[in-house]
Amino acid sequence: MAYLELNSINKTYGQGANAIEVLSNINLSIEEGEFVAIVGFTGSGKTTLVNLINGLLAPTSGEVLFKNNPVEGTSHERGVIFQNYSLLPWLSVYQNVEMAVRAAFPNENRSFRDNHIKNYIDMVSLTSAIHKRPKELSGGMRQRVAVARALAMDPEMIIMDEPLGALDALTRGNLQDEILNIWNKNKRTALLITNDVDEGIYMADRIIPLRPGPNATLGPEFKINIDRPRDKITLNDNAEFKKTRNNIIEYLMDIGNERMTDSDISYQLPDLEPKDLRWEFK
Amino acid sequence: MKMMPTKIFKKQEKFAPAEVMLDLHDLKKVYPTPKGDYVVLEHLDLQVKKEEFVTIIGHSGCGKTTMLSMIAGLNPISDGGISVLGTSIKGPGPDRGVIFQSPSLMPWMTALENVKLGVRKVFPHATKKQKEDICKYYLNKVGLDGSFNKKASELSQGMQQRVGIARAFAIKPKVLLLDEPFGMLDSLTRGELQDVLIEIWNKEKITAVMITHDVDEAIFLADRVIMMTSGPSAKIGDILSIDFERPRTRKAVIGHDDYYKYRKYLIDFLEH
Repeated sequence: MAYLELNSINKTYGQGANAIEVLSNINLSIEEGEFVAIVGFTGSGKTTLVNLINGLLAPTSGEVLFKNNPVEGTSHERGVIFQNYSLLPWLSVYQNVEMAVRAAFPNENRSFRDNHIKNYIDMVSLTSAIHKRPKELSGGMRQRVAVARALAMDPEMIIMDEPLGALDALTRGNLQDEILNIWNKNKRTALLITNDVDEGIYMADRIIPLRPGPNATLGPEFKINIDRPRDKITLNDNAEFKKTRNNIIEYLMDIGNERMTDSDISYQLPDLEPKDLRWEFK
Repeated sequence: MKMMPTKIFKKQEKFAPAEVMLDLHDLKKVYPTPKGDYVVLEHLDLQVKKEEFVTIIGHSGCGKTTMLSMIAGLNPISDGGISVLGTSIKGPGPDRGVIFQSPSLMPWMTALENVKLGVRKVFPHATKKQKEDICKYYLNKVGLDGSFNKKASELSQGMQQRVGIARAFAIKPKVLLLDEPFGMLDSLTRGELQDVLIEIWNKEKITAVMITHDVDEAIFLADRVIMMTSGPSAKIGDILSIDFERPRTRKAVIGHDDYYKYRKYLIDFLEH
């Protein structure tokens, strides 16, 4: 049995004539210790899929099995990094992380927890902002708090919903490495939802495209047979990297082209030159 | 596509004056601060040819946007000069169209009205029907057929940026300035909009200067990728010539033997 299994999942929002089937017939199994990335367009149902796995939503039909047991509600065995940070605005950085740590380590003493919290805040380089509240932080800093909070719980499975999209390239690279580090060191299982093919290739063992919704389904998987640790610069010399990357991009481009509806209408452009206004704007 | 060796010009070529559309010479920008002057750009020289598409990459904060807003005429020049077709610029003008990072549309106006705003100004001699046709032509080209009369505030970010592209092309500028126009979009939507942009550009061949952080975007769109040195006192560093034939398709570009060489070089530049 796989570690996480999704069997014939359907998810419908709304009722009667207004019902929209967001996900149809999703089948996915993830083995323990695997790193899987799901790549999809905006609005394809990625976040719905994440919420079915973490237990915030229940499927309309089908079942989600985590270690052979149906998922019913959330559990701190599955840590989630949300796209929209989801921090508590009235708590400081420290307190936001503390809340998760207290739930995950109820039997540890105070100084262990204090140490643990500070370690993870330091890992995302927020020690200098440790007593600030979310509204005093930039978007990127808030996202780093969310990363620290999820990882500090030391969950068995790390679920990430476009966690690094809002960050600049340098910070994103650092956090990718930290997440990989923790995944590798503690032998965790990880599921990454992303719209960035390169992020998927850099981090995952397998990439599975989510075809755009409504009625989103999973596409064929792409195995990333590239040794770890991977290096973003030298990857460009790796024939396997080039081949896999081009295959994935072409697959996604084809989906994109199917989506585009070519219109038959065309308009005639009048043969006119703009007035030379250079001397009128001063 | 034929094989081309990777060429990296350490120094810029000088082009014949008749070839040059945009000329930045010995450009300098100083911001006064309480601790004294901060020199953002100094001794910056750049020439962009007619019908050329250049992309600019550099580390955050090196002064890329400062340079672009100076070309747009939105930011005063401290020293040196900028000229379009040999004439020095004096403030903003419709000869230079700008596509901003955020679409910057008038949210209470429809897509059509947003485009018409500029068209009305630069085509005062056109009939009402002609003005309307210009707007519709470009909105159609960016794939917004069904959305002419939707308010900007009802459109998704990607759709709004499509209106931004239509608005910029519709005033027929001589130079198109793009400041990370797709930076806020997810990478898949970004690819779609790159295709929209390059398809119109292939027809119009407006000189284009685009800032981007996305290495793949920089290569796919550009004739030359211009690397800016880190600030303070940033200037133009190495220049990478991208010799892929046009019109380009993404499949052909990423399948080209040199593609990953270019990519490696640029990632290496950005990561250090």
